[in-house]
Amino acid sequence: MFGGQDSKQHTVQPYVTGTSVIGLKCADGVVLGADTLVSYGSLAKNRKTSRLMTVSNHCSLGFSGEYSDFQEIKSTLEELMISEYCMADNIPMQPRAIHQYLARVMYEARNKQDPLYNQLVIGGVLPATGEGYLGLVDLLGTNYESEMIATGYGTYIALPLLRKAYRPDITVAEGRKVIEDCLRVLYYRDARSIDTVQISTVTKEGAETTEPFKLETSWDFKKFKAGSRLIDESTW
Amino acid sequence: MMDFGTPVLEPGSANGTKQVPQFNPYQDNGGTVASIAGDDYVIVAADTRFTLGYSIPTRKISRVLKINDKVMLGTAGMQADTCALHKVISTRMRMYEHDNNKRMTFNAVSQMLSTVLYYKRFFPYYTFNIVAGLDDKGEGWVCGYDAIGSFEQRKIVCNGAGTKLMQPVFDNQVDWAQSWDGAGKPNLSLEQATDLMKDAFTSAAEREITVGDTLQIYKITKDGIQLEEFELKKD
Repeated sequence: MFGGQDSKQHTVQPYVTGTSVIGLKCADGVVLGADTLVSYGSLAKNRKTSRLMTVSNHCSLGFSGEYSDFQEIKSTLEELMISEYCMADNIPMQPRAIHQYLARVMYEARNKQDPLYNQLVIGGVLPATGEGYLGLVDLLGTNYESEMIATGYGTYIALPLLRKAYRPDITVAEGRKVIEDCLRVLYYRDARSIDTVQISTVTKEGAETTEPFKLETSWDFKKFKAGSRLIDESTW
Repeated sequence: MMDFGTPVLEPGSANGTKQVPQFNPYQDNGGTVASIAGDDYVIVAADTRFTLGYSIPTRKISRVLKINDKVMLGTAGMQADTCALHKVISTRMRMYEHDNNKRMTFNAVSQMLSTVLYYKRFFPYYTFNIVAGLDDKGEGWVCGYDAIGSFEQRKIVCNGAGTKLMQPVFDNQVDWAQSWDGAGKPNLSLEQATDLMKDAFTSAAEREITVGDTLQIYKITKDGIQLEEFELKKD
């Protein structure tokens, strides 16, 4: 159970990790965002690794947590999409089905005490109506749908911003801007983040993930430059 | 952010003191479910707040499963286990219907849930359930469960995070327990039960941080199931 010659190694803590993924459901689709950093503890190990993948024409996926476990999930999903294609029935797997599939895979792994150490954010569109779909699965098999989703530090920093920005009629074009702003704020305060990011948009027209691009940042805030405690302004 | 679990002592290691992190497969996602049964109705209520430590990742998840138009299941505890349990119960309910060509009765469902929970006695579902429904005569009943399948049939049950705040009030207001004048009082009507449920959850939400957001109240009568949503504290 705890290692040794005959026993199998289980993931009990993540080593090579990605930080937050965020997502926003819009009237005409979904937007996902993530930076491209993969860390090894406090070391910025790989600065340009994609943490978003396109699953199908109308579904994207982002991960935070252990990179190797995500690679395993990614190849499982790619295999699944190929066998779906081989059905040749022209009935594509819906984002909700992909979400539920991943939830079962993750829950089964946790039942074996051998979790896939990730939080996964599934963004998609229902091809018939063009309505967005946004869901989350984590290493315990927890799964839910929501209008806005964030993982890791994003739960504290991005989720309140997303909740404030959300309207039922927000468009993907507007949502993209919100996601970019959230990634910028995360970059300012999450020490395991980077200013190179990717954004994935899913609409009826298809799923599209941008090439990694640099965020425009400004460090001119007075207290960023001076430090808030340089002069103690308190009166007691 | 990441939970590395509690380090445990490795028994077989060289000095017997090597610390090994272990994976904790359980998580408490909060939530409360409650049910009041009357002579010709039963109501099932659950809040929709989903918590993870001090965070609220989402404010709208369902804790309730409709089994048929006379029986419902409500579950608090860990969301992933809740989801898995509801899938198992749904599947077995459908199998029962095909095998026996009839719907599961309240008694059948309550016994099945106990069996399903105890089946996982040594790796339990971290869930706290109530089954509410109308019996053959149309009278309302509710069963309350622990995580491994012990259950009791009563007229009022609540389970989950808000239990210790709500149960004594329900005992007093529904069963007339600890009543100062010792007199039995008439049974609650559906409207009175619904109002009591709203008050109980509103009060619990004041003091228990994992209770809040929205209260879903399902009213089961001979005419079917009706859903009423009632807003709770969001902070």
